[in-house]
Amino acid sequence: MALSETEMAMLRSAAGYIIPANAAMSVPGADDPAIFADIVASIGRYGADIHEALRRIEAAAGGVLATMSDAERGDAMTRFRREQPALAVSLGAVVARCYYRDDRVMRAIGMEVRAPYPQGFELEQGDWSLLDPVRKRGRMYRDAG
Amino acid sequence: MNEPVDVLIIGAGASGAAFAWSIAETKMRILCLEQGDWTKPSDFPSNGRDWEARASEDFAINPNRRQNPADYPINDDDSPIKVANFNGVGGGTILYAGHYPRLHPSDFRVHSLDGVADDWPIDYATLEPFYALNDKMTGVSGLAGDPAYPPKDVQMAPLPMGKTGRKIGTAMNELGWHWWPCDAAIPTSDYNGRARCINLGHCGGGCAQGAKATTDITYWPEALRARVELRTKCRVSRIETDADGMATGAWYFDGNGEEVFQPASIVVMACNGIGTPRILLNSASERFPNGLANSSDLVGRNLMLHPYAQIRGHFDEKLDGAKGPLIGTWSMQFYETDRERGFVRGYCYQFSRGLGPVATATNGMADGLIPWGAGHHEAFGRLFEHSAGMAAICEDLPEEINRVTLDPHLKDSNGIPAPKLTYRVGENTQRMLDHSIARGVEIMKTAGAHDITTKSPLSYAGWHLMGTARMGIDPRKSVVNEWGRSHDVKNLFIIDGSVFVTSGGVNPTSTIQALALYIADQFKTRIYDLFD
Repeated sequence: MALSETEMAMLRSAAGYIIPANAAMSVPGADDPAIFADIVASIGRYGADIHEALRRIEAAAGGVLATMSDAERGDAMTRFRREQPALAVSLGAVVARCYYRDDRVMRAIGMEVRAPYPQGFELEQGDWSLLDPVRKRGRMYRDAG
Repeated sequence: MNEPVDVLIIGAGASGAAFAWSIAETKMRILCLEQGDWTKPSDFPSNGRDWEARASEDFAINPNRRQNPADYPINDDDSPIKVANFNGVGGGTILYAGHYPRLHPSDFRVHSLDGVADDWPIDYATLEPFYALNDKMTGVSGLAGDPAYPPKDVQMAPLPMGKTGRKIGTAMNELGWHWWPCDAAIPTSDYNGRARCINLGHCGGGCAQGAKATTDITYWPEALRARVELRTKCRVSRIETDADGMATGAWYFDGNGEEVFQPASIVVMACNGIGTPRILLNSASERFPNGLANSSDLVGRNLMLHPYAQIRGHFDEKLDGAKGPLIGTWSMQFYETDRERGFVRGYCYQFSRGLGPVATATNGMADGLIPWGAGHHEAFGRLFEHSAGMAAICEDLPEEINRVTLDPHLKDSNGIPAPKLTYRVGENTQRMLDHSIARGVEIMKTAGAHDITTKSPLSYAGWHLMGTARMGIDPRKSVVNEWGRSHDVKNLFIIDGSVFVTSGGVNPTSTIQALALYIADQFKTRIYDLFD
């Protein structure tokens, strides 16, 4: 389900509002060109939800989101989120799932920039003597013979 | 028409694979029809950077969301709990967490012990050798000596405790409550040609490492070597019968959409608690106007789904994040009946590690913990890799009003009627859910969590599909007998979760497979008088 030019502009503005850039953390916003291109290319099964979300945002904004002041845009997005919580979850998911796989963002949040496979990860094995109190309390299943 | 076979198994998932492997030694001609296909390890999401995104795309747990060619739609509008499954070789094991508890001895004597539902016609001791055999085939990691269970062996060391297990375990000790490393169908050392788990952390999207015990890499290679034939992309629509009321085979749509008849001397249903009643009900005929094997009117009834309650908390210190198998430890503290709690039967907790960044952000925004706009990054940083959680798996008692029927309008891509669920959470289960939320929050607070969230019942968690063709001795009150043979159709067997009499309060896969092996054993033992 392709987006129109108007929808693209609105989605980009919404994405940049949901996850803005943060210079102190050296992370781009979700409206960054590379991240936004990924968002548009990856809408997938959220297509119908995103079309509907953008229609609702436009209604909430009463104008062109991308040309609004930050305060006006914030008001419109807040109203949309309050009135359409399910669509807001879909919109947030579409934005977040591309934002948090961007190299710059992954580095900034302390992740290795790679897929889980094939290296995998290490976990502490732990000390199972922590179970001693459980062992001491003894059997707890019922006989059913 | 295809060449006849001796045994036709429908479904290549948890039960079908175990059954096929077991009866292969009979040297009969055995064919399994599977509507899905093989999944290559390189197809699994954890191979790529988009591993979290694909959990809501082609590896979504809900078939109505996933809509892959192998999937059929399910009308679940009339159920607060939506079905989770996977259609392909391996079935639901492809996407399961590998959490592998057994039922408890008391689960088979629910009526005798607690005065509700019905006892099973078999008991824990009957299944015990088949649990053990299944564990050996599967490769189970765990720690012997769990006081919540009769003694049982494990094949290898438990999953790593991690920071999350230590955090929750310490809290449970403080409360004086049971906890233990879980039995997991995930090898912690190399096992039967499978490499050990490397903590990819996305078991629920399929295991790219090939460590998690999915039946495409456990039972099926052995069964295929023993000359069982597995035919994929073949969707069965109905079972055919003859004038004697015996099954003669099954109609199926092949990968080209052609409808083909497969003759068979014996038909075995292994399509899960939704798929099996769907085919049986769709096999209605002049001889069986109410659906096949349904003189009791119980095919599709008594659907049990295991309502889940989810509790998640956040901590000041960094924990494991999404690294490692999702579930590492369990608690059976509230499993056995204590009437002072206000309900009978009980639930287990499965304690889970944290979430990946996408799930952290998505859930955090949905739960109101992460704002949109300027505060996003700070809130995200507070939650990411700082969370731990648990799910309570509540015993669902059988009720005839909870059922699977055929949808009069919705059909799959082959024109076969889709299943329709009519389900509501029972009063006893609701009290159990409420109790589990209260105790779960107590555990989280004891562990030092803040920003605690709860969900009950969890909507997209209908993994465990049970009870829709229950076993029993009385043909008026059950669909199959105590060894899985239909009361009505003497050469028709059912071996999946449909035959559960009650659900217990733990994940059912290990029991489904032990039952399949037990029925296979009965099948072999009675081979000369199977239809008497």
